[in-house]
Formats: sequence, C-alpha cells, structure tokens
Amino acid sequence: MNINATILGQAISFAIFVFFCLKFVWPPLIGAMNERREKIAAGLQDADKAAQDLELAKAKAADILREAKQQAAELIEQANKRGSQLIDEAKDQAREEGERLKVAAQSDIEQEVNRAKETLRSQVSVLAVAGAEKILNTSVDQSAHSKMLEQLAAEL
Amino acid sequence: MAGSSTEYIKHHLTNLVYGQHSDGTWGLAESAAEAKEMGFWAINVDSMGWSIALAVLFLGSFRMVARKATTGVPGGFQNFVEILVDFIDNTVKDSFHGRNPLIAPLGLTIFIWVFLMNAMDLIPVDFIPAIFELFGIHFMKVVPSTDPNITLGMAFSVFGLILYYSIKVKGIGGFAGELSLHPFNNPNPVIQAIFIPMNLFLEILNLVTKPISLGLRLFGNMYAGEMIFILIALMPFWIQWTLSVPWAIFHILVITLQAFIFTVLTIVYLSMAHEDH
Repeated sequence: MNINATILGQAISFAIFVFFCLKFVWPPLIGAMNERREKIAAGLQDADKAAQDLELAKAKAADILREAKQQAAELIEQANKRGSQLIDEAKDQAREEGERLKVAAQSDIEQEVNRAKETLRSQVSVLAVAGAEKILNTSVDQSAHSKMLEQLAAEL
Repeated sequence: MAGSSTEYIKHHLTNLVYGQHSDGTWGLAESAAEAKEMGFWAINVDSMGWSIALAVLFLGSFRMVARKATTGVPGGFQNFVEILVDFIDNTVKDSFHGRNPLIAPLGLTIFIWVFLMNAMDLIPVDFIPAIFELFGIHFMKVVPSTDPNITLGMAFSVFGLILYYSIKVKGIGGFAGELSLHPFNNPNPVIQAIFIPMNLFLEILNLVTKPISLGLRLFGNMYAGEMIFILIALMPFWIQWTLSVPWAIFHILVITLQAFIFTVLTIVYLSMAHEDH
C-alpha cells in the first residue's frame, strides 16, 4: 500500500503502451473498418441501382413484347386477307375456266351434230332410193330422179 | 484463528517489493515492514509485472489482428476486436468534441488494459500466489488495479495530458484565466481582485481532484472487491462457492463498469481541456 516508484513505472509503461496503440493498433483497425463501411455502402448503392436497372429492363421487355404481339397480329391479319384474296382469285379463274370449257364443249357438240346431220343427209338419199327400189321392185333411173332426191335430202 | 486470519489477509495485501534494504543492499522485501522502510525508490514487482504482462497480451493480440485486418468478412477474433474498437470510437465521438487522434487509442488502451487488470480479480485469490510460493516468492498481489500506485500512475498520466492540452489549446494565459476568473466573476476590477484567490483555490482544487478521484475510485472499488474475495477465502472450502460465485458474477459487472468509468472520465476530462471558453 506504499506509494513508491511503481507509480512512475506505471506512468512510463502507460505512455509507451498508449503510443504503441496509437501507432500500430488503432490506425489499421479503424482503417479496415472504415474501408469496409464504405464498401458496404457502395454495395448497397449498387444493389439499389441494379434493382432500378432491372425495373427499367423489365419495362423495356414488356414494351418490346407488346410491339411484337402487335406486329404478329398485323401479319396474321395481312396473311388472312391475302389468303381470302387468293381464294377469290382462284374461284374466279375456275369459274372462267369452267365457262370456257363449257363453251368449247357446246361448240364441239354442235359440230358433231352438224357433221352427223351432214352424214345422215348424204346417206338418206341412198337409203330412200334403196327403200323405193324395194317397194317398187323396179329400178329407178338414178339420173332421172336425182334432182327430186337432192331436193328431198335438202329438206331433211 | 483470529491471528492467522489477520496474517492471511495481510499476506494477501502485501506487494512483492524490490528496493534498497536498510543495510544498503538491493533486493526483495521479506515483510511489509521491510517494504515500508524501502521508501519511495522501491518498486512493486508483482503489480508492474502483471500490468505490463497484461498490456503486452492486449496490445500483442490486437496488433496481430490489426496487421491481418481484412476489409472483407472479419473472422471471430477480428470481429470481437472491432466491436471493442467501434465501442470506444463511438464513446469518444459522443463525449469528445474536438479533433485529436490521440484520444481514441488512449481510450482503447485504458479500457482494455484496466479491464484486464481488473479481471485478474476473478482468478481465485490463492491460485497464483500458491504457484509463486512453490518458487519461493512469498508475496504476490495479482490484481494490479488493487495497487494505488498503478491506478494513480495512470490517473496522473491522464492529468498530465489534461494540463498539456489545456495549455496547448488555450495558451498559458487562457488556462490561467480559466483557473482564476471562474466561478466568481465581477466587472469591477477591485472586487475581481478579491475573487481571484478564491477562484484559484476552487479551480485548482477542482483540477487536482480529477486525477485523484479517478485513480482512487478504481483502486477503492477493486481493493474492496479483492478484500471480499479474500474474506470469502477464509471460510471453509466446501461453503466458499455459495458466496464466491455470486460475488464473482457480480464482479464481472464491476470490473467492466470501472474500466468503462475510467475510460469515459478520461475522455470527458480531456474534452474539457480542449474546450475554449
């Protein structure tokens, strides 16, 4: 319990230890802590910014999607229109073709009929003469009656 | 029994003193009386040894952390050290309104060092002295802060800093003015001349009380706590735990609180020294 030189010894060691702490312990620790604090603050700021960017990107993506949908709808509509147009065109062509074929067929038929008539006409006189020969049992003078027969054939 | 109890207590409260014997030779004191005869130029080897050992432990471990301090995720011990550093830094920021890079490291040193010195109190009172007894050393006071030399040594160092910064910040004139013109002040120079000695007396008393109260508060608390541990140790061994355990648990609070009070008062006193009126 005596006051003795220990008091000086303690004062000296105190001074040395405080100096040591001041020079070698405090600055690196507080430096590291401050640096980490800044890093964390920067990190948080970056995170905020990233979230904001994400929002923007999302909005942009939604815009693009909407535009794409609109374009697709337009394309489909155009395609539909074009399709019905093609069908109409095809129908018209078919109808025309049909008409044309029908007309050609009719003319063919008429020709055939005419040709048949012609043939018939040319042969009817022979048939009539043969018939008359059979009925009369006499020979008819072809040349004497040919004028009358030609007249008959023309009337057919 | 009474005699041996007294002896036991006295034995536990005697420092290991190195100094000059009355016959002129230097050596360790064999008894309390012999230690007293050595006068001022003697040194309490145990107090000094333990306090320096604890400071080396504290600064060594903190220095190790500081050297490897990472700005990334701190490991276990670095985390603990950073909590302490942060705690002291905040305390300083709260109480010290000036710019002085010395204050925070000073506060950290005081806080941890005083805490460790106080914490020696929690080691059973006979444990370390018994070990030293084996080596023929009879006196061993293991709690440095129960030695007024230690606490007053630190307190007067703080007092030195108070004086240094008072004069540095306010100048000798400003400091003298602060001591002589407060608390009584009068515009009339004649009355003021009468007030000056009173002011000087009060202010110097106020100033000198600071380190003494600072040192004696810590010493008193720790001495009383240690004394109670010694008294508990006098009881039969099988019943001691009923008192020593609660007292030790309570003492965890006391040692922390005393370390904190010493630190905060140091910071506040130095803050006052920096304030220019």
